[in-house]
Amino acid sequence: MQTSAFQKIYTKINNITKATCSLHADGVGYEETATVNGKLAQVVKIQGNLITLQIFSGTEGIPTNAEVIFSGHAPILSVSDELSGRFFNAHGQPIDGGPEIDGKPVEIGGPSVNPVRRKQPSELIATGIAGIDLNNTLVTGQKIPFFADPDQPYNQIMAMVALRAKADKIILGGMGLTDDDYLFFKNVFENAGATDRIVSFVNTTEDPPVERLLVPDMALTAAEYFATEKNQNVLVLLTDMTLYADALSIVSNRMDQIPSKDSMPGSLYSDLARLYEKAVQFPTGGSVTIIAVTTLSGGDITHAIPDNTGYITEGQLFLRKDSDIGKVIIDPFRSLSRLKQLVIGKKTGEDHPQVMNTAVRLFADAANAKTKSENGFDLTDYDQRTLKFAKEYSNQLLAVDINIEIEEMINTGWKLFNKYFTKSEIGIKDEIYEKYGNL
Amino acid sequence: MSVRKSKFNKIKMNTKGKVKGIIANLVIVEADGPVSQNEICYIIMYDVKLMAEVIKITGNNAYIQVFESTRGLKVNTIVEFTGHMLEATLGPGILSKNFDGLQHDLDKMEGIFLKKGDYAPALEDDKLWEFKPISDIGDIVIPGSWLGEVKENWMPHKIMVPFKFQGKYSVKSIAAAGKYSINDTIAVLYDSNKNEIPITMVQKWPVKIPIKAYKKKPRPFKLMETGIRVIDSLNPIVEGGTGFIPGPFGTGKTVLQHALSKQAEADMIIIAACGERANEVVEIFAEFPKLDDPRTGRKLTERTTIIANTSNMPVAAREASVYTAMTIAEYYRSMGLKILLLADSTSRWAQALREMSNRMEELPGPDAFPMDLPAIISNFYARAGFVYLNNGKSGSVTFIGTVSPAGGNLKEPVTESTKKVARCFYALSQERADSKRYPAIEAVDSYSKYIEYPELQKYIKENISEKWVDNIMLAKNILIRGKETYEQINILGNDSVPVDYHQQFWKSEVVDFVILQQDAFDTVDASTPIERQQYMMEKVLNIYRLNFKFESFEEVNPYFKRIINTCKQMNYSKYKSKKFKIFETELEEIIQERT
Ligand SMILES: Nc1ncnc2c1ncn2[C@@H]1O[C@H](COP(=O)(O)OP(=O)(O)OP(=O)(O)O)[C@@H](O)[C@H]1O
Ligand SMILES: [Mg+2]
Repeated sequence: MQTSAFQKIYTKINNITKATCSLHADGVGYEETATVNGKLAQVVKIQGNLITLQIFSGTEGIPTNAEVIFSGHAPILSVSDELSGRFFNAHGQPIDGGPEIDGKPVEIGGPSVNPVRRKQPSELIATGIAGIDLNNTLVTGQKIPFFADPDQPYNQIMAMVALRAKADKIILGGMGLTDDDYLFFKNVFENAGATDRIVSFVNTTEDPPVERLLVPDMALTAAEYFATEKNQNVLVLLTDMTLYADALSIVSNRMDQIPSKDSMPGSLYSDLARLYEKAVQFPTGGSVTIIAVTTLSGGDITHAIPDNTGYITEGQLFLRKDSDIGKVIIDPFRSLSRLKQLVIGKKTGEDHPQVMNTAVRLFADAANAKTKSENGFDLTDYDQRTLKFAKEYSNQLLAVDINIEIEEMINTGWKLFNKYFTKSEIGIKDEIYEKYGNL
Repeated sequence: MSVRKSKFNKIKMNTKGKVKGIIANLVIVEADGPVSQNEICYIIMYDVKLMAEVIKITGNNAYIQVFESTRGLKVNTIVEFTGHMLEATLGPGILSKNFDGLQHDLDKMEGIFLKKGDYAPALEDDKLWEFKPISDIGDIVIPGSWLGEVKENWMPHKIMVPFKFQGKYSVKSIAAAGKYSINDTIAVLYDSNKNEIPITMVQKWPVKIPIKAYKKKPRPFKLMETGIRVIDSLNPIVEGGTGFIPGPFGTGKTVLQHALSKQAEADMIIIAACGERANEVVEIFAEFPKLDDPRTGRKLTERTTIIANTSNMPVAAREASVYTAMTIAEYYRSMGLKILLLADSTSRWAQALREMSNRMEELPGPDAFPMDLPAIISNFYARAGFVYLNNGKSGSVTFIGTVSPAGGNLKEPVTESTKKVARCFYALSQERADSKRYPAIEAVDSYSKYIEYPELQKYIKENISEKWVDNIMLAKNILIRGKETYEQINILGNDSVPVDYHQQFWKSEVVDFVILQQDAFDTVDASTPIERQQYMMEKVLNIYRLNFKFESFEEVNPYFKRIINTCKQMNYSKYKSKKFKIFETELEEIIQERT
């Protein structure tokens, strides 16, 4: 990217809409940034010499004689080791009172990894939570969101997972974070003594919503820097991607684009995929793993945002309150880690896959039994046993408040099977049962 | 190539243009000469050239979709038109390659990240191939006629008269057996005016136009074995057939397609990873070089070509990728080979069309998709098929695409348009996936229209078994009745229905667990040859035909669970192995307890 030798100032704006303004200017590049009376803007359309700029914080108060200065480049982030421990806004400017970063300027939203240069992910990420490690094992280079209703403690769980994950760097991308949640993250990271492993890009509810659109790209650009140049294992936390998608729809709506399902832009899939696909295991050892949050409305996963997300990510972790035990669990039916096959039974015990599947199947039988009893039918002895099993399984393994080793999770599974069921009811391959089932 | 055509190319080569407008990857170019619809052009941006395709023309303005990010592009940038449409490069060396959607060789690109304008050519110019002539001087040939062959991996790759030729030619000379590179002349033909036309091993063909160098395209009639029981034994597909796999996210579309690509009985597999996850392609890169083709014993990579245009790669190239893949498939079909083409996911291709149509402010159809979406989908599926070539040999392109319906709702434009044209419907159900009943194909709602074809029924009777078709019908019936009885049991209660109802239901569960369900990650269970499928089907149907004696409904569930468990152990054991036989004897004993 070339930078212009001198910066020309334009002062005549032709058109102003809610989100954009247009003016005549020469030699402007597509997606180039500019400032309009100091407000950050980006080129979204060029027709001849008529340039349309999207102003991130909105056009309120912009006069027709505002000063427009083009930067000559797309949005950039200065990257260096100095990023560690720092807090930035959506534009990559420090918000922690510290100095500007002295580093290499890199355009955000850069090119994709050549698929043939990727390495197959193979390193297990242990979180201590059995709903994840046992049933939906995570792997470095994976991308996976929590699907949660807004009242679930998803940020708390995410922070906990991040700290236990043993990543070299944790990059927080906060979009529409409440101030409380922002401070929460700050405190947890500080208390854990992890601040210098953490870089944060934060857009809070007080900031203009459209600015959020820059946050994931900022976070991922920083992540790529540490993963490629320092060969580090980087964990990126993106919360809340639903608010990111909402900002996309605001922009497309203001630009009069034809909406598709749920008022979302027709390009939602590509827009989200572009970000999530930054998750990668590099051949040189570094990796970018993305754990995101997609808040749902009333558990509805058919809404365009969770739906498109599910089609992109490598599974999802579905949070739900289990009324039988009064705790938040990771729902084994609706959660999935698609990369678990790469590690379970290989990096973990050989019996892991079968124990996992069997427990889920028995839990499903318990759900059926519950429905049956709610409909007033008598329960068989087997039904009764599944219900007892389900309660213990939920408490000892599915609840998010546990913190144990994977081996112990598998053993707990076997213990519960043998406590409540016969060998044929357990239905595990004979070989495996003989070897591991008789504790 | 005929004289008239090359002249035509020359005129077009001169057309240049200048960028006038930019909206994302839609660029408006003012052209200084003739431009044709779907012509390829290059934007000359600093030292890189960005490839683009003309998608609309008004007056002097060409609307082009750029196959790259347009970041940094400025007005007045020079554009060069090429005079041809997007073309596939066809010749030896395609097999085992990993291409992007525009057939650039991904392995030859430098660096970890994809660079704008890094267009590594599809084939190697300097590689030598062992050529063997198969035509003689004086032979009368037409487009698609086989002139010679080279060994590509182990496959005989035919060198053909280019498809772009028209009419009849005669062979003036043909190269002797020996080593040649793709650009060496391996034959010289005379056209009707005795002009000499040199032929090399490589030719080009516009991807959006079907290759029709065959004699006829009858209805397909040969079963294509996939090793997947719920397909072969319940909803079989045929060589040259079409099928589609719709399903909500996470229900197993990709796992199923990967299973097909590993096991299906085809000479060549082409996988178009179209707008999906890069890690899924990486899985193929990692696994296929290690896995054996069960039929030839060679590595799977040797029969596979991958077109990877994953979701983070340029959207416009996503649309092109399925056409590139289909053109390659048609090329190999013309060599008399059986090709299986898999595309995951055709919905992403449709979405690419939607994004562009919206940018051009076209009047939208349902769900903002372009109005002509149904026609585009149906034209594409129509390119699959079983063909008789002009030399009497046959070849086929079987196409199976996945569909990712928004919200998992099958009443959406892509699913509906596809359902009208694809003859096999493999509906994945969320419910089955949730209860881990994999593959989650809903066997009752799914169908294969081919079982109704008398040609296929005849083929099956002659080549597989007399009873196969009847067994399919019976198994489906058992499943339907099982579902009905399950509902009745649920409404009336366990003890208010006759014990026979429970038996009826559990017999359908036996079909479900033993035939439908199949563990794609178990080395033995993953693939079941037809003979074994028949054997197990007979076993299961035999269980269905027996009348078991039960005192109360409570005995039914545990009893059938034992049956299912033993049958599953059989599925997990090597066919007819000692272990298999032990479980089989165990099964007989269990059955005898109650008959
Ligand atoms: N036959 C199978 N056997 C065992 N597990 C399976 C099978 N099919 C699917 N799964 C499980 O379901 C997960 C999701 O499957 P898959 O990736 O094929 O879904 P998909 O339908 O392609 O989803 P998407 O539309 O999001 O791409 C797999 O990672 C695996 O855990
Ligand atoms: Mg998939």
